[in-house]
Amino acid sequence: MTSIASTLKSGLVFLVLWGTSRAAFAAALDLREGVTDMSQRIQALHHMSLWVCVVMGVIVFGAMFYSIFAHRRSKHPQPADFHESTAVEVVWTVIPVLILVGMAVPATTTLIEIEDNSDADLTVLITASQWKWHYQYLEADIGYYSKLATPTEQIENRAPKGENYLLEVDNPLVLPTNKKIRFLTASNDVIHSWWVPDFAVKQDAIPGFINEAWTRIPTPGLYRGQCAELCGKDHAYMPVVVEVRPEAEFDKWIAGQRLARELASGQAVADRNKTWTMAELMQIGEQVFLTHCATCHEPNGVGQGTTYPALAGGKIPTGPLEAHIDRVMNGKAGTEMQAWAPQLSDRELAAVITYERNAWGNATADLIQPRTIYAAR
Amino acid sequence: MNDTRNNQRKQVILLASLAVGMLGFAYALVPLYEVFCEVTGLNGKNYGRAVDPAVAQVQAAPSNREVTIQFLAHVGNGMPWEFRPTEHQLKVRLGELKFTEYYARNRAAQTVTGQAVPSVSPGYAAKYLHKIECFCFSQQRLEAGADQRMALRFYVGDDLPAEVHTLSLSYTLFKVPAVQAASPGARLASNQQ
Amino acid sequence: MVAHAADAIPQRSRVWAYIARWLLTTNHKEIGTLYLWLSFTLFFIAGAMAMVIRLELFQPGIQFAEPLFYNQMVTMHGLIMVFGVVMPGFVGLANWQIPLMIGAPDMALPRLNNFSFWILPFAFTLLLSSLFMEGGAPNFGWTFYAPLSTTYGPPSTDFFIFGVHMMGISSVLGAINIIVTIFNLRTPGMTLMKMPLFVWTWLITAFLLIMVMPVLAGVVTMVLTDRHFGTSFFSAAGGGDPVMFQHIFWFFGHPEVYILILPGFGIASQIIPTFARKKLFGYHSMVYATAAIAFLSFIVWGHHMFATGMPLAAELFFMYATMLIAVPTGVKVFNWVATMWRGSMTFETPMLFAIGFVILFTIGGFSGLMLALVPADFQYQDTFFVVAHFHYVLYPGAIFGTMAATYYWLPKWTGHMYDERLGKIHFWTAVVAVNLTFFPMHFTGLAGMPRRIVDYSLQFADFNMVSSIGAGLLGLTQVLFLYIVIKTIRGGEKASTRVWEGAEGLEWTVPSPAPHHTFETPPQFPPIMQRDGR
Repeated sequence: MTSIASTLKSGLVFLVLWGTSRAAFAAALDLREGVTDMSQRIQALHHMSLWVCVVMGVIVFGAMFYSIFAHRRSKHPQPADFHESTAVEVVWTVIPVLILVGMAVPATTTLIEIEDNSDADLTVLITASQWKWHYQYLEADIGYYSKLATPTEQIENRAPKGENYLLEVDNPLVLPTNKKIRFLTASNDVIHSWWVPDFAVKQDAIPGFINEAWTRIPTPGLYRGQCAELCGKDHAYMPVVVEVRPEAEFDKWIAGQRLARELASGQAVADRNKTWTMAELMQIGEQVFLTHCATCHEPNGVGQGTTYPALAGGKIPTGPLEAHIDRVMNGKAGTEMQAWAPQLSDRELAAVITYERNAWGNATADLIQPRTIYAAR
Repeated sequence: MNDTRNNQRKQVILLASLAVGMLGFAYALVPLYEVFCEVTGLNGKNYGRAVDPAVAQVQAAPSNREVTIQFLAHVGNGMPWEFRPTEHQLKVRLGELKFTEYYARNRAAQTVTGQAVPSVSPGYAAKYLHKIECFCFSQQRLEAGADQRMALRFYVGDDLPAEVHTLSLSYTLFKVPAVQAASPGARLASNQQ
Repeated sequence: MVAHAADAIPQRSRVWAYIARWLLTTNHKEIGTLYLWLSFTLFFIAGAMAMVIRLELFQPGIQFAEPLFYNQMVTMHGLIMVFGVVMPGFVGLANWQIPLMIGAPDMALPRLNNFSFWILPFAFTLLLSSLFMEGGAPNFGWTFYAPLSTTYGPPSTDFFIFGVHMMGISSVLGAINIIVTIFNLRTPGMTLMKMPLFVWTWLITAFLLIMVMPVLAGVVTMVLTDRHFGTSFFSAAGGGDPVMFQHIFWFFGHPEVYILILPGFGIASQIIPTFARKKLFGYHSMVYATAAIAFLSFIVWGHHMFATGMPLAAELFFMYATMLIAVPTGVKVFNWVATMWRGSMTFETPMLFAIGFVILFTIGGFSGLMLALVPADFQYQDTFFVVAHFHYVLYPGAIFGTMAATYYWLPKWTGHMYDERLGKIHFWTAVVAVNLTFFPMHFTGLAGMPRRIVDYSLQFADFNMVSSIGAGLLGLTQVLFLYIVIKTIRGGEKASTRVWEGAEGLEWTVPSPAPHHTFETPPQFPPIMQRDGR
């Protein structure tokens, strides 16, 4: 190869390496570009303000460091005696104001567009609760819960952590590409905040009120975010995962969800008609308990102080059945005990209540059939 | 010397009054906030004062402009009711009087009283939603196992800003503690609506 | 010290006499000392909580602190640092220095001064005891948003509320004392526009305190009545609004953070001219800029709430007002640089801390400016980018300011020079540790790490490890600082009257250590400075 060619080749290799390392460097340090028009504009705003600050910092700190060097006593034994200048004060007041106006203009235009939620193609109602999200497609009338899927063993360091540790859920929010999607956020208990950095959407979910935000996503893929407002014990454990599919696939998915709902209701009918054994209920109940209840009441039912009462030997699991069913189905107002009736099926509710009444030394021998739960709804 | 003591005493009294005044100001922020929200309609609080039908600006021929209203329902923690809109959304013309219902059923084994609290998005559109009759005006009481359909009669003012095409109206149903439950069908004081 | 007939008193009475002296003192120097030691003690306690936090965040997963306990640590760390370390520390400096700087024999209301201090140990005992109560300490962040605090707060929340009331009363009474002192007891010839800048910044801070601490008292009482007395200020169920909590809280909260920094600005304005041997540049400008910052601090509270669903007009207003605060703040920074410019500088420890303050606080100010831009804030809000911002303005800001002041005035208080070599080691180690701890937080925040989380996903691990190592080092520097302070109290090279060659001001005309009673007759102003500083 001629020397020109080999120089060009090494130059190309160098550029590629430099470019990828710079990209890697930027990826580690920079705000992400994201996949939406808004997220990219926000990154540009971030870069702009960062550069303004860097330049101002270089000028000011540069002057300071120069002065520290040049005006130290050994080099500059006689201090000057100037100590005021109105002209200078005016200049270094006016110039920053002009810089700020320059920064405010793009920020204002971007903000006006972000706050324009009109003309959406699709509305999703996001209801936050401790500590999961509920997604409901208003037009399609489909809804489901989305909860952290990372196993407890990983959190407790008994198993190696997966690649998406704390950023994986059982049922992601599925959205179509290239449609304007309007999000309505609400909450069932405390203030949470729904945030997907790749969309640059962050909106608080406030109990008793609804907020709105929008996005339009051109690129299919999986996007991960987190709750961004302290909401109690498991604030770190309620991620947001959004799966974006091309429009045709999304429509198919919606149809599939409707079908699944029908099947589930068919399944629910079968479940109520069946008479379940204690062994079956205890097995299902333990699974339900570990998935939904153990985070507060502990896997062995001992609870955590008075905040999360013990169920092993507890008043309610060993007391009247009706009160226990009511507590699990409807929650307790003013506490973190949620209403599980909308979240779990008859079978799951019957199983977990049976489990709680017969595990850890609670020997009520009560067996609750799914049809009993159905009747109580 | 006396002069200074007098001056000091006056200043202390003035400054202490300022502190006490600011405490009062903190409490004054509460009604100020309500007034600000009402006047601007910000925050989506829909005061939903009952509009007297006789006074309502319901036009005989409503405007051609249509908007979509979505109806949402939430149930507060510890509230053992099923609660949902009977229609998910309606297309309404501005100025046209519309009617819809929410369905509620008390799952519990005892009488429970609830209060529905509305919220509108976008927030600034709240003041253009005029309710003539709303179940949110009063507490709702249901016996054990009973259910009911609750009425909502409203219109959207034709002065709704042009950029609004979709309105979302959400009700959250909260449980009213027994001690605060008024007698059946009682109207709440207007500052609680 | 003044000789009492101490030798004739029997041992047991001497112990009581000692306790009574500190319990009942109305002397501004002794009360200043009490505030400073309270602040230093609570600094270690809140610092230990920071160690727990950083220990847990050293690696992903739960190792040392379960989520419930971790949230308590986060909350108490914030509460104690804000109300127990920075504020009492600055009040301690005010007590020691304001009468000395204006030529007054003491504060205007000495008995009120004593009372203002002694409320605090009780308030903090109450607050710290909540760690041992059923349900644990408050766990909802130092900002105690409703309904997490109203409906879901543990039983100790009510003790937290009473503690906050007590601290607030202490602050308001102290602020009244400071204002009355400054207005009435300046030595003849010292007009307001001839006061040292530290006195000016404290005068303005005191007004801020009187105006906003009662608002905190109000909102915290609303939380109490929402919890126990049937009100629904912040509960939608009763017609209230959780967002209103945030409005009222931050109406207090934003001026509060300026309360936490203005005295630091005053300290820098005292120290830099001394070690540059040159008068402060732009004295009038500095006074007006401080007043402008204080005024603007009242109209920017909404910038803490951009993600709550605020209407566009409000977002724009708060964005512009927040950006505006950069102007007077920048003016102050430029004036400090202009003071240094063509001075004749030496870099003893107080000057090092003052310069470190200016540089690192400014970095914090820059991230604040970035946060002001609302669209970008949607990506920064509630992430570690915010945590980085406020730790830069608070640690290299308020804490370095307090440390700078301590090194600067210790010779006057104790009569001994501190160990300069150790002081420099403290400074440089602290600078490295502070940046190691808090600079990576900008990156984790930008990468998407939310705040107030006990556990995090894997891409944040490396920077968190660096932060935790930095935090450990930072903790060690505090121990060094404690050692230096105690060593100086106990002995050291004798300090002259003027102490520092470039020092100007009335406090440098009294002997070192300053006698128990000073300026019993008003001194001549401007003073004639002795030439015995180093």
